[in-house]
Amino acid sequence: MFNLFLLQLLNGAQFGILLFLVAAGLTLVFGIMDFINIAHGVLYMVGGYVMAMMMGTTGNFWLSLALVLPVTLAVGLVLELLVFRRLYDRSHLDQVLATFGLVLVLSELVKIFWGSAPLSVAMPEMLSGSVPLAGPMRYPVYRIAVIGVGLSVAIGLWFVIARTRVGMLLRAGAANRSMVSALGTDINRLFMLVFAAGAMLAGFAGAIVSPILSVDPGMGDSILILTFVVIVIGGVGSVKGAFYAALLVGIVDTLGRMFGPILLRLVMEPAAAAQAGRTIAPMLVYILMAAVLFWRPAGLFGRKVSQ
Amino acid sequence: MRYLAVSTALGLAMTSAAFAEDPVKIGVLLTLSGPPAVLGEHARDGILLAEKALEGKIGGRDVELVIVDDEGKPDIAAQKARELVEGQGADFVVGPIFSNIMTAIAGPVTSAGGILVSPNAGPSNFAGKDCNPDIFVVSYQNDQMPQVLAQHMNQQGIANVYLIAPNYQAGQDSLNGFKALYSGTVAGELYVPLGQLDFSGELAQIAASQPEAVYAFMPGGMGVNLVKQWNQAGLSSIPLMSAFTVDETTLPAEQDAALGMLTGSNWAPDLDTPGNAEFVTAFKEAYGRVPSLYAMGGYDAMMLIDSAVTAAGTEDREALRTALKAADFPSLRGELSFSSNNFPIQDFYLTKAIKDDEGFYRTSVVEKVFTQAADSHVGECPMN
Repeated sequence: MFNLFLLQLLNGAQFGILLFLVAAGLTLVFGIMDFINIAHGVLYMVGGYVMAMMMGTTGNFWLSLALVLPVTLAVGLVLELLVFRRLYDRSHLDQVLATFGLVLVLSELVKIFWGSAPLSVAMPEMLSGSVPLAGPMRYPVYRIAVIGVGLSVAIGLWFVIARTRVGMLLRAGAANRSMVSALGTDINRLFMLVFAAGAMLAGFAGAIVSPILSVDPGMGDSILILTFVVIVIGGVGSVKGAFYAALLVGIVDTLGRMFGPILLRLVMEPAAAAQAGRTIAPMLVYILMAAVLFWRPAGLFGRKVSQ
Repeated sequence: MRYLAVSTALGLAMTSAAFAEDPVKIGVLLTLSGPPAVLGEHARDGILLAEKALEGKIGGRDVELVIVDDEGKPDIAAQKARELVEGQGADFVVGPIFSNIMTAIAGPVTSAGGILVSPNAGPSNFAGKDCNPDIFVVSYQNDQMPQVLAQHMNQQGIANVYLIAPNYQAGQDSLNGFKALYSGTVAGELYVPLGQLDFSGELAQIAASQPEAVYAFMPGGMGVNLVKQWNQAGLSSIPLMSAFTVDETTLPAEQDAALGMLTGSNWAPDLDTPGNAEFVTAFKEAYGRVPSLYAMGGYDAMMLIDSAVTAAGTEDREALRTALKAADFPSLRGELSFSSNNFPIQDFYLTKAIKDDEGFYRTSVVEKVFTQAADSHVGECPMN
């Protein structure tokens, strides 16, 4: 049982890492620009589809993955120029409405171009095996790679934010936007950069998950809600908070999903236990969010809001 | 409103009696959007191919097909079924794909005077207490597919098995159908939320338990993900046997990951029955993909209707029912007849996923598991 627990912990960590890649961009956009972007999940979906398309043309996993980055970066830049730039000064409600409209338009476009049937992306040969973990249990190499890549991205982001001039401006922007602007920094350029980088990270997450999950038009919607939970728990605007919160949410969700029914099965019918477990597991994440908000209203690593 | 509907229906009944050479109107109600759309598309293409094979005639009369999408939603399906029969005056409705839709449309279709012919869904209640003289299920009863695997496992002496299905009615039916026949021990049951795509947690549970085999019911995109993740998780030493998880609708995405996996079916593209090879060739030529059992079901539904209208016309309802029940049509499955509950008596096969000489991923017959089997609910049906 302990081995199984460790394995599920790994599964939770892998899910958390994925959430982090999507959440990192969203928390910066939300924190620095005070901008609610419902369409962030769509960028994750676009990453998956671009990956599937590139795999179809090039047949090479690494080349396709490398091509996803500039393409999703470009998609982010274009969206910022055409749509988001016009919304920064509007109310949150306008932002939600406009970006939700964008979700509908982009999802429909994806259906027109690629159809509604799920697409699949082949896994690179060298990562397709599994390694023995404990006893009969094995862990897929690819998922280990996802964890590794996610951690490297996290470290890279930490370096950029904590050790570079751009990072300093980002931190300053998150703390006090108008002061940064008053000190002579082109805040619009900074916003564009943050936005495009966030789009690229989300697209990257969609691309690396595509060999595990099939790519379908609903994939962005399913991850978006948990991503918002992550940034609220972590503290809006804090990448460090998003990292810890993503791991926490991933692990709580996976462990709750798997061990909830096992515990309940001791006292209930399997179908009823599964049903109850399935109902309680997604709730655990929200209970966690409520608890964090109760004791730390600004999130785990959020700054005190003084308004 | 109801009076209006009834009088419209009566009026239509009288007009069709008055002009016997009117076209035969067939409503086709399938799930044609959303993630499971591909199942409905297969059934639709099978129906269109049958229409072409019959040269646009049903029982010598012109046929008019009205194809509608139920969007996978029971309320929309009920509304569209009512519109097909009451509004458009359809004599028959061919559909649906999903069992929950069947429950929603059975009333609207039959109470308005239409005859429902299901090319796929075969829920247990319509085989048992809710059986209806105007409902014909040309496909199978839902329990029968999992029981092919249960029977095979019994024969192979597989002593313990893990079960996994989505947590909704058809998933629970599938596992209950399996357990009703399986004689070994059930090591564990996993119900996952409908639409879940990452099975890492579930696969870890299965790996920890090391059952001799796993039975899965995981239709559509969920099945694609389960099969792909199965080998990634290093579970390839445990046989994954399934129903509605590995077939011609999912194999194009599963590809090599599914090769060799066993499944239960009442048909396969290489089944050696009269007309089957021609059907498969014609389907591949017309649509560029291998037909699935959904396509076969759509085709057979049309052939059944043609045989009955040829024999009895559409005016005399009692004669039409008798003609339908005779099942006097050349099924792609070979020998087929109806039980007293209007569900088929037919052979069932163990099939396997293969890549054929032309490079198509498809299922292939391994062996016959049940010969001329009726479903187990027929005794509860009051029609006799």
